[in-house]
Amino acid sequence: MEDLSLHLLDVAENSLAAQATRVIITLEINTANKTLRLIIEDNGQGMDKQTLKKAVDPFFTTKKTRRIGLGLSLLAQAAHATGGQFSIESKPGQGTKVSTLFYTDHWDFKPLGDIPQTLLTLVLGHPEVELIFIYRRDDKETIFSTKEVKAKLNGLPLNSPAAIPLIMNHINKAMNL
Amino acid sequence: MPKLTIEELEKLRERAKKQTFLRETTDYRAKITVHMGTCGIAAGAREIMNAFLKEVQEKDVTDVLLTNSGCAGLCSREPMVTVEIKGQAPVKYVDLTPEKVKVIFEKHVLGGEIVQDYALGIGSEKTDY
Ligand SMILES: Nc1ncnc2c1ncn2[C@@H]1O[C@H](COP(=O)(O)OP(=O)(O)OP(=O)(O)O)[C@@H](O)[C@H]1O
Ligand code: FES
Ligand SMILES: [Mg+2]
Repeated sequence: MEDLSLHLLDVAENSLAAQATRVIITLEINTANKTLRLIIEDNGQGMDKQTLKKAVDPFFTTKKTRRIGLGLSLLAQAAHATGGQFSIESKPGQGTKVSTLFYTDHWDFKPLGDIPQTLLTLVLGHPEVELIFIYRRDDKETIFSTKEVKAKLNGLPLNSPAAIPLIMNHINKAMNL
Repeated sequence: MPKLTIEELEKLRERAKKQTFLRETTDYRAKITVHMGTCGIAAGAREIMNAFLKEVQEKDVTDVLLTNSGCAGLCSREPMVTVEIKGQAPVKYVDLTPEKVKVIFEKHVLGGEIVQDYALGIGSEKTDY
């Protein structure tokens, strides 16, 4: 995976595959500590203890189409490569939280990539899901939420072509810290 | 979150006049599903989604539903999409590039003609590890 925005898309797709109706993404950059935290939290079906234990194992997947699952192990690898951390919490029937910590000054730190494009892809691909994106840079914070965009669309679906410029506009505003 | 500006509202209203929107997700003539599994994403699925999005916007098409789904089980042929014209069998396109997307959009999505060169051949739909 080339950059963190692609990892984010991949891991958020897990949440959507787990029937989440709400996904909260938090991106936290601390310029003084040179750290980046990326947290993906969902209210999907969650995992039992056994599944959770195996979830980061690249040779484990509950998918029927392929025998190996890569998404989580790749993200864990990317975080660990910078000297950072990776953890998952999950409760069956309640949801899952994937937390990562990256050291941005490490040689192996991948670029952030195109976060707006990832958010737009998630919104358009799953307009029925509530997506909340919280962006913090040091002591500043902005939020993008599909609920707020929806409220402005007056019944127009999120995935209608006319809604796209408005969604993009809001995502870009939220990224502008 | 800032309120919708008058300008934004005007723009929306203008477009709304020109178009009839997809009110329901079932209300489409063609559906394009971009597969977003890990290898699909690593191979450029997001760029493919973006390329279709551009086509939809440039050509001001309102009866096409663009969506994504999980992995389709053919890692080596990603990025990959499924195009479904209402009432017809779905067609899978593999090894996609933004250039191929343009052709598929014009010929198949708009014109109704399958682009055989880019489509997954019949009988090759086996999973390869
Ligand atoms: N948010 C989640 N909620 C519930 N289960 C999850 C979640 N994320 C991961 N899992 C479980 O962990 C497994 C491994 O996930 P991982 O993303 O690594 O691979 P995958 O999704 O199976 O395949 P891919 O390589 O296409 O991502 C999944 O098959 C699923 O069972
Ligand atoms: S993501 Fe690997 S086959 Fe689809
Ligand atoms: Mg996955």
